Amino acid sequence: MELIRIPLHDKHVALGAKMVGFGGFEMPVRYSSDLEEHMCVRNNLGIFDVSHMGEFQITGPGALELIQHVTTNDASVLQSGKIQYSCLPNDKGGIVDDLLVYKFSDEKYMLVVNASNIQKDWSWIKSNNKFNAHLEDCSGQTCLFAVQGPLAGQALQSLTSVKLSEMPYYSFAVGLFAGFPNVIISATGYTGAGGFEIYVSNEYAAQVFDAIMNAGKEFGIKPIGLGARDTLRLEMGYCLYGNDIDDTTSPLEGGLGWITKFSKNFINSDEIKKQKETGVSKKLVGFQLQERGIPRAHYPIQDALGNKIGEVTSGSISPVLNKGIGMGYVPTALSKPGSEIYINIRDKALKATVVKTPFVTTGV
Amino acid sequence: MNFPSGLKYTKEHEWIKVEGDTATIGITDFAQKELGDIVYMDVNSLGKNLKQDEIFGTVEAVKTVSDLFIPASGEIIEFNNKLNSTPELVNNDPYGEGWIIKIKLSNSSEIENLMSVDTYTQLIGA
Repeated sequence: MELIRIPLHDKHVALGAKMVGFGGFEMPVRYSSDLEEHMCVRNNLGIFDVSHMGEFQITGPGALELIQHVTTNDASVLQSGKIQYSCLPNDKGGIVDDLLVYKFSDEKYMLVVNASNIQKDWSWIKSNNKFNAHLEDCSGQTCLFAVQGPLAGQALQSLTSVKLSEMPYYSFAVGLFAGFPNVIISATGYTGAGGFEIYVSNEYAAQVFDAIMNAGKEFGIKPIGLGARDTLRLEMGYCLYGNDIDDTTSPLEGGLGWITKFSKNFINSDEIKKQKETGVSKKLVGFQLQERGIPRAHYPIQDALGNKIGEVTSGSISPVLNKGIGMGYVPTALSKPGSEIYINIRDKALKATVVKTPFVTTGV
Repeated sequence: MNFPSGLKYTKEHEWIKVEGDTATIGITDFAQKELGDIVYMDVNSLGKNLKQDEIFGTVEAVKTVSDLFIPASGEIIEFNNKLNSTPELVNNDPYGEGWIIKIKLSNSSEIENLMSVDTYTQLIGA
Protein backbone atom coordinates (compact mmCIF):
# COMPACT_ATOMS: atom_id res chain seq x y z
CA MET A 1 0.00 0.00 0.00
CA GLU A 2 1.33 3.43 -0.86
CA LEU A 3 2.08 5.59 2.14
CA ILE A 4 0.04 8.76 2.56
CA ARG A 5 2.04 11.99 2.85
CA ILE A 6 1.03 14.46 5.53
CA PRO A 7 0.60 18.08 4.30
CA LEU A 8 3.87 19.36 5.84
CA HIS A 9 5.97 16.43 4.60
CA ASP A 10 8.53 18.61 2.80
CA LYS A 11 8.95 20.89 5.79
CA HIS A 12 9.92 17.93 7.99
CA VAL A 13 12.40 16.65 5.44
CA ALA A 14 13.93 20.15 5.30
CA LEU A 15 14.17 20.09 9.11
CA GLY A 16 16.26 16.92 8.84
CA ALA A 17 13.58 14.33 9.59
CA LYS A 18 14.06 10.69 8.77
CA MET A 19 10.68 9.64 7.36
CA VAL A 20 9.29 6.13 7.92
CA GLY A 21 6.05 4.30 7.33
CA PHE A 22 3.68 4.28 10.30
CA GLY A 23 0.01 3.33 10.27
CA GLY A 24 -0.14 3.84 6.50
CA PHE A 25 1.46 7.30 6.62
CA GLU A 26 4.96 8.57 5.91
CA MET A 27 5.95 10.14 9.23
CA PRO A 28 8.97 11.86 10.83
CA VAL A 29 10.51 9.31 13.19
CA ARG A 30 13.57 11.32 14.23
CA TYR A 31 15.14 14.70 13.46
CA SER A 32 18.37 14.56 15.47
CA SER A 33 18.51 12.04 18.30
CA ASP A 34 15.75 10.05 20.01
CA LEU A 35 17.26 10.75 23.43
CA GLU A 36 17.78 14.48 22.85
CA GLU A 37 14.25 14.82 21.51
CA HIS A 38 12.84 12.86 24.46
CA MET A 39 14.61 15.02 27.04
CA CYS A 40 13.76 18.21 25.15
CA VAL A 41 10.05 17.41 25.69
CA ARG A 42 10.51 16.32 29.33
CA ASN A 43 12.49 19.44 30.24
CA ASN A 44 11.41 22.17 27.82
CA LEU A 45 9.09 21.66 24.88
CA GLY A 46 8.84 20.11 21.46
CA ILE A 47 6.42 19.98 18.55
CA PHE A 48 5.15 16.76 16.98
CA ASP A 49 3.32 16.73 13.68
CA VAL A 50 0.73 14.04 14.30
CA SER A 51 -1.49 14.95 11.38
CA HIS A 52 -1.87 11.25 10.60
CA MET A 53 -4.42 10.98 13.43
CA GLY A 54 -8.06 10.73 12.42
CA GLU A 55 -10.84 13.18 13.29
CA PHE A 56 -14.55 12.37 12.93
CA GLN A 57 -17.30 14.88 13.56
CA ILE A 58 -20.53 13.51 14.95
CA THR A 59 -23.47 15.88 14.92
CA GLY A 60 -27.24 15.93 15.21
CA PRO A 61 -29.80 14.85 17.80
CA GLY A 62 -28.54 11.24 17.78
CA ALA A 63 -24.87 12.16 18.34
CA LEU A 64 -24.67 11.39 22.05
CA GLU A 65 -26.69 8.20 21.74
CA LEU A 66 -24.33 6.92 19.05
CA ILE A 67 -21.26 7.78 21.11
CA GLN A 68 -22.76 6.15 24.19
CA HIS A 69 -23.46 3.00 22.17
CA VAL A 70 -20.01 2.64 20.56
CA THR A 71 -17.73 3.79 23.42
CA THR A 72 -17.08 2.39 26.90
CA ASN A 73 -16.74 5.65 28.84
CA ASP A 74 -19.82 7.66 29.86
CA ALA A 75 -19.98 10.62 27.47
CA SER A 76 -23.22 11.85 29.07
CA VAL A 77 -21.19 13.40 31.89
CA LEU A 78 -19.05 15.43 29.46
CA GLN A 79 -19.57 19.19 29.52
CA SER A 80 -19.07 21.32 26.45
CA GLY A 81 -15.38 22.18 26.09
CA LYS A 82 -14.29 18.97 27.80
CA ILE A 83 -12.58 15.86 26.53
CA GLN A 84 -12.77 12.23 27.54
CA TYR A 85 -10.47 9.28 26.94
CA SER A 86 -12.48 6.27 25.83
CA CYS A 87 -12.41 3.13 23.75
CA LEU A 88 -14.50 1.41 21.09
CA PRO A 89 -15.28 -2.14 22.16
CA ASN A 90 -15.96 -4.73 19.47
CA ASP A 91 -18.61 -7.42 19.79
CA LYS A 92 -16.08 -10.20 20.46
CA GLY A 93 -14.59 -8.92 23.69
CA GLY A 94 -11.75 -6.91 22.12
CA ILE A 95 -11.06 -3.26 21.31
CA VAL A 96 -11.59 -1.63 17.90
CA ASP A 97 -9.56 1.43 18.94
CA ASP A 98 -8.88 3.85 21.77
CA LEU A 99 -9.84 7.47 21.21
CA LEU A 100 -10.60 10.93 22.55
CA VAL A 101 -14.16 12.28 22.62
CA TYR A 102 -14.50 16.08 22.39
CA LYS A 103 -17.83 17.71 23.27
CA PHE A 104 -18.49 20.99 21.44
CA SER A 105 -22.20 21.18 22.28
CA ASP A 106 -25.11 18.84 23.01
CA GLU A 107 -25.35 17.93 19.34
CA LYS A 108 -21.75 18.25 18.23
CA TYR A 109 -18.82 15.98 19.11
CA MET A 110 -15.45 15.10 17.65
CA LEU A 111 -13.74 11.72 17.92
CA VAL A 112 -9.96 11.54 17.54
CA VAL A 113 -8.77 8.08 16.51
CA ASN A 114 -5.54 6.32 15.66
CA ALA A 115 -4.19 6.79 12.14
CA SER A 116 -3.88 3.09 11.39
CA ASN A 117 -7.54 2.56 12.37
CA ILE A 118 -9.25 5.41 10.51
CA GLN A 119 -10.94 3.16 7.92
CA LYS A 120 -11.78 0.43 10.42
CA ASP A 121 -13.24 2.85 12.97
CA TRP A 122 -15.19 4.75 10.35
CA SER A 123 -16.86 1.57 9.03
CA TRP A 124 -17.47 0.31 12.56
CA ILE A 125 -19.09 3.49 13.84
CA LYS A 126 -21.11 3.92 10.65
CA SER A 127 -22.41 0.37 10.80
CA ASN A 128 -23.56 1.00 14.38
CA ASN A 129 -25.22 4.31 13.62
CA LYS A 130 -28.86 3.36 14.19
CA PHE A 131 -29.39 6.79 15.76
CA ASN A 132 -29.31 8.85 12.56
CA ALA A 133 -26.34 10.87 13.73
CA HIS A 134 -24.49 12.75 11.01
CA LEU A 135 -20.90 11.56 10.55
CA GLU A 136 -18.11 13.39 8.82
CA ASP A 137 -14.54 12.22 8.41
CA CYS A 138 -12.36 15.36 8.62
CA SER A 139 -9.06 13.46 8.86
CA GLY A 140 -7.84 14.50 5.42
CA GLN A 141 -8.53 18.20 6.01
CA THR A 142 -7.08 18.50 9.51
CA CYS A 143 -3.50 18.86 10.73
CA LEU A 144 -2.61 18.16 14.34
CA PHE A 145 0.44 19.55 16.12
CA ALA A 146 1.20 18.33 19.62
CA VAL A 147 3.19 20.98 21.46
CA GLN A 148 4.36 19.16 24.54
CA GLY A 149 6.55 19.98 27.50
CA PRO A 150 6.49 22.03 30.72
CA LEU A 151 7.18 25.26 28.81
CA ALA A 152 4.49 24.73 26.14
CA GLY A 153 1.91 27.05 27.76
CA GLN A 154 4.38 29.89 28.19
CA ALA A 155 5.66 29.51 24.66
CA LEU A 156 2.23 29.42 23.00
CA GLN A 157 0.60 32.18 25.02
CA SER A 158 1.70 34.90 22.60
CA LEU A 159 -0.30 33.17 19.84
CA THR A 160 -3.71 33.18 21.51
CA SER A 161 -5.97 35.17 23.79
CA VAL A 162 -7.13 31.94 25.49
CA LYS A 163 -5.53 31.84 28.96
CA LEU A 164 -3.53 28.67 28.52
CA SER A 165 -2.35 28.39 32.12
CA GLU A 166 -5.99 28.34 33.27
CA MET A 167 -7.07 25.52 30.97
CA PRO A 168 -7.74 22.33 32.93
CA TYR A 169 -6.23 19.09 31.62
CA TYR A 170 -8.62 17.49 29.10
CA SER A 171 -10.39 20.72 28.18
CA PHE A 172 -10.28 22.64 24.91
CA ALA A 173 -11.10 25.99 23.33
CA VAL A 174 -11.79 26.99 19.72
CA GLY A 175 -10.70 30.30 18.31
CA LEU A 176 -8.04 32.45 16.73
CA PHE A 177 -4.55 31.04 17.02
CA ALA A 178 -1.55 32.75 15.44
CA GLY A 179 -4.13 34.86 13.61
CA PHE A 180 -5.94 31.91 12.01
CA PRO A 181 -9.59 31.05 12.73
CA ASN A 182 -11.28 27.91 14.07
CA VAL A 183 -8.17 26.40 15.61
CA ILE A 184 -8.83 23.86 18.37
CA ILE A 185 -6.51 24.33 21.34
CA SER A 186 -6.66 21.19 23.43
CA ALA A 187 -4.97 20.65 26.81
CA THR A 188 -4.11 17.04 26.07
CA GLY A 189 -1.14 14.97 25.00
CA TYR A 190 0.49 11.58 24.83
CA THR A 191 3.73 12.39 26.64
CA GLY A 192 2.91 13.15 30.28
CA ALA A 193 4.99 16.31 29.87
CA GLY A 194 2.06 18.72 29.77
CA GLY A 195 1.23 20.94 26.85
CA PHE A 196 -1.34 21.35 24.13
CA GLU A 197 -2.58 19.76 20.95
CA ILE A 198 -3.44 22.16 18.15
CA TYR A 199 -5.95 21.10 15.46
CA VAL A 200 -5.85 23.29 12.40
CA SER A 201 -7.31 23.18 8.91
CA ASN A 202 -4.77 22.10 6.28
CA GLU A 203 -4.89 25.48 4.56
CA TYR A 204 -3.29 27.29 7.55
CA ALA A 205 -1.17 24.41 8.79
CA ALA A 206 2.20 25.56 7.46
CA GLN A 207 1.81 29.09 8.86
CA VAL A 208 0.62 27.81 12.22
CA PHE A 209 3.53 25.37 12.42
CA ASP A 210 6.00 28.19 11.65
CA ALA A 211 4.33 30.49 14.18
CA ILE A 212 4.69 27.82 16.89
CA MET A 213 8.35 27.25 15.99
CA ASN A 214 8.99 31.01 16.19
CA ALA A 215 7.13 31.46 19.46
CA GLY A 216 8.96 28.47 20.94
CA LYS A 217 12.42 29.53 19.81
CA GLU A 218 13.44 31.29 23.02
CA PHE A 219 12.17 28.30 25.03
CA GLY A 220 14.27 25.82 23.07
CA ILE A 221 11.54 24.21 20.97
CA LYS A 222 12.57 21.37 18.65
CA PRO A 223 10.62 19.23 16.20
CA ILE A 224 10.16 15.76 17.71
CA GLY A 225 9.71 12.47 15.89
CA LEU A 226 7.56 9.42 16.54
CA GLY A 227 10.58 7.67 18.07
CA ALA A 228 10.62 9.98 21.08
CA ARG A 229 6.82 10.05 21.13
CA ASP A 230 6.88 6.31 21.74
CA THR A 231 9.44 6.43 24.58
CA LEU A 232 7.63 9.39 26.17
CA ARG A 233 4.27 7.60 26.17
CA LEU A 234 5.84 4.38 27.40
CA GLU A 235 7.42 6.15 30.41
CA MET A 236 3.86 7.19 31.30
CA GLY A 237 2.47 3.67 30.79
CA TYR A 238 0.05 4.91 28.11
CA CYS A 239 -1.27 2.17 25.83
CA LEU A 240 -0.40 2.13 22.15
CA TYR A 241 -3.15 0.55 20.07
CA GLY A 242 -1.80 -2.36 18.04
CA ASN A 243 0.90 -3.05 20.65
CA ASP A 244 -0.66 -3.03 24.10
CA ILE A 245 -4.35 -3.28 23.20
CA ASP A 246 -5.98 -4.66 20.07
CA ASP A 247 -8.98 -6.48 18.61
CA THR A 248 -8.40 -9.42 20.97
CA THR A 249 -7.66 -7.74 24.32
CA SER A 250 -10.51 -6.69 26.55
CA PRO A 251 -10.61 -3.21 28.10
CA LEU A 252 -10.44 -4.80 31.55
CA GLU A 253 -7.37 -6.86 30.68
CA GLY A 254 -5.75 -3.77 29.16
CA GLY A 255 -6.10 -1.70 32.32
CA LEU A 256 -8.91 0.42 30.85
CA GLY A 257 -11.45 -0.48 33.52
CA TRP A 258 -11.41 3.17 34.63
CA ILE A 259 -12.91 4.22 31.28
CA THR A 260 -15.37 1.29 31.15
CA LYS A 261 -18.61 2.48 32.72
CA PHE A 262 -21.46 0.08 33.40
CA SER A 263 -23.77 2.97 34.31
CA LYS A 264 -24.85 2.75 30.64
CA ASN A 265 -25.15 0.11 27.94
CA PHE A 266 -22.68 -0.12 25.10
CA ILE A 267 -21.60 -2.68 22.52
CA ASN A 268 -20.79 -5.94 24.30
CA SER A 269 -21.27 -4.33 27.73
CA ASP A 270 -23.02 -7.44 29.10
CA GLU A 271 -20.02 -9.62 28.30
CA ILE A 272 -17.52 -7.14 29.69
CA LYS A 273 -19.63 -6.76 32.83
CA LYS A 274 -19.54 -10.53 33.30
CA GLN A 275 -15.77 -10.38 32.90
CA LYS A 276 -15.61 -7.80 35.63
CA GLU A 277 -17.65 -10.01 37.96
CA THR A 278 -15.69 -13.21 37.31
CA GLY A 279 -12.32 -11.50 36.96
CA VAL A 280 -9.89 -11.59 34.05
CA SER A 281 -7.18 -14.23 33.71
CA LYS A 282 -4.47 -11.89 32.41
CA LYS A 283 -3.63 -8.25 32.86
CA LEU A 284 -1.49 -5.64 31.17
CA VAL A 285 1.28 -4.55 33.54
CA GLY A 286 4.30 -2.29 33.51
CA PHE A 287 7.65 -3.79 34.46
CA GLN A 288 11.16 -2.58 35.03
CA LEU A 289 14.22 -4.70 34.30
CA GLN A 290 16.50 -5.34 37.27
CA GLU A 291 19.40 -6.25 35.02
CA ARG A 292 20.95 -4.46 32.09
CA GLY A 293 18.98 -5.01 28.91
CA ILE A 294 16.20 -3.60 26.80
CA PRO A 295 12.86 -5.36 26.45
CA ARG A 296 11.21 -5.18 23.02
CA ALA A 297 7.74 -6.05 21.73
CA HIS A 298 7.15 -9.83 21.39
CA TYR A 299 9.96 -10.93 23.71
CA PRO A 300 8.65 -13.77 25.92
CA ILE A 301 7.76 -13.09 29.55
CA GLN A 302 8.61 -16.04 31.82
CA ASP A 303 8.06 -17.15 35.39
CA ALA A 304 10.90 -18.14 37.73
CA LEU A 305 10.81 -21.70 36.34
CA GLY A 306 11.30 -20.54 32.77
CA ASN A 307 7.72 -21.16 31.63
CA LYS A 308 6.40 -18.67 29.12
CA ILE A 309 3.57 -16.72 30.77
CA GLY A 310 3.13 -13.86 28.34
CA GLU A 311 4.71 -11.49 25.87
CA VAL A 312 6.15 -8.00 25.97
CA THR A 313 3.80 -5.63 24.11
CA SER A 314 5.95 -2.48 24.34
CA GLY A 315 9.50 -2.06 25.54
CA SER A 316 12.39 0.36 25.46
CA ILE A 317 15.02 1.98 27.53
CA SER A 318 13.58 4.76 29.68
CA PRO A 319 15.70 7.82 28.89
CA VAL A 320 14.80 9.32 32.28
CA LEU A 321 15.49 6.21 34.39
CA ASN A 322 18.18 4.82 32.08
CA LYS A 323 16.66 1.37 32.65
CA GLY A 324 14.81 -1.13 30.54
CA ILE A 325 11.05 -0.72 30.92
CA GLY A 326 8.11 -2.33 29.22
CA MET A 327 4.52 -3.47 29.28
CA GLY A 328 3.01 -6.86 28.68
CA TYR A 329 0.24 -9.27 29.65
CA VAL A 330 0.84 -11.60 32.59
CA PRO A 331 -1.46 -13.98 34.51
CA THR A 332 -3.50 -12.01 37.05
CA ALA A 333 -1.70 -13.76 39.93
CA LEU A 334 1.57 -12.12 38.81
CA SER A 335 0.10 -8.70 38.00
CA LYS A 336 0.56 -7.07 41.42
CA PRO A 337 3.33 -4.46 41.75
CA GLY A 338 6.41 -6.14 43.19
CA SER A 339 5.80 -9.46 41.42
CA GLU A 340 8.93 -10.98 39.96
CA ILE A 341 8.89 -11.92 36.29
CA TYR A 342 11.59 -12.62 33.73
CA ILE A 343 12.05 -11.24 30.25
CA ASN A 344 13.69 -13.55 27.74
CA ILE A 345 16.21 -11.46 25.81
CA ARG A 346 18.26 -13.43 23.29
CA ASP A 347 17.75 -16.66 25.26
CA LYS A 348 18.72 -15.14 28.59
CA ALA A 349 16.10 -14.71 31.30
CA LEU A 350 16.57 -11.25 32.81
CA LYS A 351 14.85 -10.46 36.09
CA ALA A 352 12.16 -7.79 36.06
CA THR A 353 9.72 -6.39 38.62
CA VAL A 354 6.10 -5.51 37.98
CA VAL A 355 5.70 -1.82 38.83
CA LYS A 356 2.91 0.72 38.98
CA THR A 357 2.76 3.07 36.04
CA PRO A 358 3.66 5.80 35.25
CA PHE A 359 7.29 4.72 35.35
CA VAL A 360 8.41 8.30 35.83
CA THR A 361 6.81 11.09 37.83
CA THR A 362 5.88 14.26 35.97
CA GLY A 363 3.68 17.22 36.76
CA VAL A 364 0.71 15.87 34.76
CA MET B 1 29.15 10.82 6.58
CA ASN B 2 32.70 9.71 6.98
CA PHE B 3 34.24 6.50 5.60
CA PRO B 4 38.02 6.20 6.08
CA SER B 5 39.85 4.69 3.14
CA GLY B 6 42.30 2.56 5.10
CA LEU B 7 39.54 0.25 6.39
CA LYS B 8 37.70 -2.74 4.94
CA TYR B 9 33.91 -2.91 5.12
CA THR B 10 31.14 -5.53 5.23
CA LYS B 11 27.62 -5.50 3.82
CA GLU B 12 26.39 -5.70 7.43
CA HIS B 13 28.05 -2.28 8.01
CA GLU B 14 31.01 -3.33 10.15
CA TRP B 15 34.49 -1.98 9.49
CA ILE B 16 37.79 -3.74 10.20
CA LYS B 17 41.26 -2.26 10.50
CA VAL B 18 44.08 -4.78 10.15
CA GLU B 19 47.43 -4.29 11.89
CA GLY B 20 49.67 -7.32 11.44
CA ASP B 21 47.84 -10.38 12.74
CA THR B 22 45.36 -8.41 14.86
CA ALA B 23 42.44 -6.27 13.81
CA THR B 24 40.08 -3.71 15.31
CA ILE B 25 36.36 -3.89 14.50
CA GLY B 26 33.49 -1.44 14.78
CA ILE B 27 30.38 -0.29 12.94
CA THR B 28 30.28 2.34 10.24
CA ASP B 29 29.08 5.92 10.39
CA PHE B 30 26.14 4.86 8.20
CA ALA B 31 25.21 2.08 10.66
CA GLN B 32 25.31 4.29 13.76
CA LYS B 33 23.21 6.90 12.00
CA GLU B 34 20.60 4.36 10.92
CA LEU B 35 20.44 2.85 14.42
CA GLY B 36 20.11 6.16 16.25
CA ASP B 37 21.17 6.61 19.86
CA ILE B 38 23.10 3.57 20.99
CA VAL B 39 22.40 2.76 24.63
CA TYR B 40 23.89 -0.69 25.21
CA MET B 41 26.56 -2.87 23.65
CA ASP B 42 25.89 -6.51 24.52
CA VAL B 43 29.11 -8.36 23.70
CA ASN B 44 29.74 -11.69 25.46
CA SER B 45 32.20 -13.20 23.04
CA LEU B 46 35.49 -12.19 24.68
CA GLY B 47 37.98 -15.08 24.48
CA LYS B 48 35.91 -16.97 21.92
CA ASN B 49 37.05 -18.12 18.49
CA LEU B 50 34.50 -17.13 15.88
CA LYS B 51 34.27 -17.83 12.17
CA GLN B 52 33.77 -15.05 9.65
CA ASP B 53 30.19 -13.69 9.67
CA GLU B 54 29.28 -15.24 13.02
CA ILE B 55 27.51 -13.04 15.56
CA PHE B 56 29.90 -11.51 18.11
CA GLY B 57 27.44 -9.30 19.92
CA THR B 58 24.39 -7.10 19.74
CA VAL B 59 23.97 -3.36 19.58
CA GLU B 60 20.92 -1.89 21.29
CA ALA B 61 19.73 1.55 20.20
CA VAL B 62 16.72 3.29 21.71
CA LYS B 63 14.39 2.20 18.94
CA THR B 64 16.05 -0.88 17.52
CA VAL B 65 18.38 -3.78 18.08
CA SER B 66 20.86 -5.30 15.67
CA ASP B 67 23.30 -8.21 15.66
CA LEU B 68 26.99 -7.62 15.06
CA PHE B 69 28.79 -9.91 12.60
CA ILE B 70 32.50 -10.54 12.73
CA PRO B 71 34.14 -9.51 9.42
CA ALA B 72 36.93 -12.13 9.65
CA SER B 73 37.60 -15.32 11.61
CA GLY B 74 39.61 -15.03 14.79
CA GLU B 75 39.79 -14.92 18.56
CA ILE B 76 38.18 -11.98 20.36
CA ILE B 77 41.03 -10.63 22.47
CA GLU B 78 39.60 -7.32 23.67
CA PHE B 79 36.29 -5.55 24.14
CA ASN B 80 36.20 -1.77 24.39
CA ASN B 81 35.20 -1.52 28.07
CA LYS B 82 34.50 2.20 27.73
CA LEU B 83 31.34 1.20 25.87
CA ASN B 84 29.89 -0.26 29.09
CA SER B 85 29.44 3.20 30.56
CA THR B 86 29.48 5.33 27.40
CA PRO B 87 27.96 3.36 24.51
CA GLU B 88 27.27 6.68 22.76
CA LEU B 89 30.96 6.71 21.76
CA VAL B 90 29.86 4.47 18.89
CA ASN B 91 27.59 7.30 17.66
CA ASN B 92 30.07 10.08 18.29
CA ASP B 93 33.28 8.48 17.06
CA PRO B 94 32.52 5.19 15.26
CA TYR B 95 36.04 4.67 13.87
CA GLY B 96 37.96 6.00 16.88
CA GLU B 97 36.90 5.80 20.52
CA GLY B 98 33.80 3.90 19.48
CA TRP B 99 35.67 0.79 18.29
CA ILE B 100 34.04 -2.39 19.62
CA ILE B 101 36.39 -5.39 19.65
CA LYS B 102 39.93 -6.44 18.77
CA ILE B 103 40.61 -9.89 17.36
CA LYS B 104 43.57 -12.10 16.56
CA LEU B 105 43.07 -13.06 12.94
CA SER B 106 43.09 -16.77 12.17
CA ASN B 107 42.86 -16.44 8.39
CA SER B 108 44.11 -13.11 7.09
CA SER B 109 43.30 -14.07 3.47
CA GLU B 110 39.62 -13.44 4.31
CA ILE B 111 40.37 -9.73 4.45
CA GLU B 112 40.89 -9.67 0.67
CA ASN B 113 37.24 -10.48 0.07
CA LEU B 114 35.90 -7.61 2.14
CA MET B 115 34.76 -4.36 0.57
CA SER B 116 36.94 -1.37 -0.14
CA VAL B 117 35.66 2.04 0.84
CA ASP B 118 34.57 2.67 -2.76
CA THR B 119 32.54 -0.52 -2.99
CA TYR B 120 30.98 0.13 0.42
CA THR B 121 29.95 3.71 -0.26
CA GLN B 122 28.47 2.53 -3.54
CA LEU B 123 26.46 -0.12 -1.67
CA ILE B 124 24.91 2.39 0.71
CA GLY B 125 24.51 5.04 -1.97
CA ALA B 126 26.66 7.58 -0.14
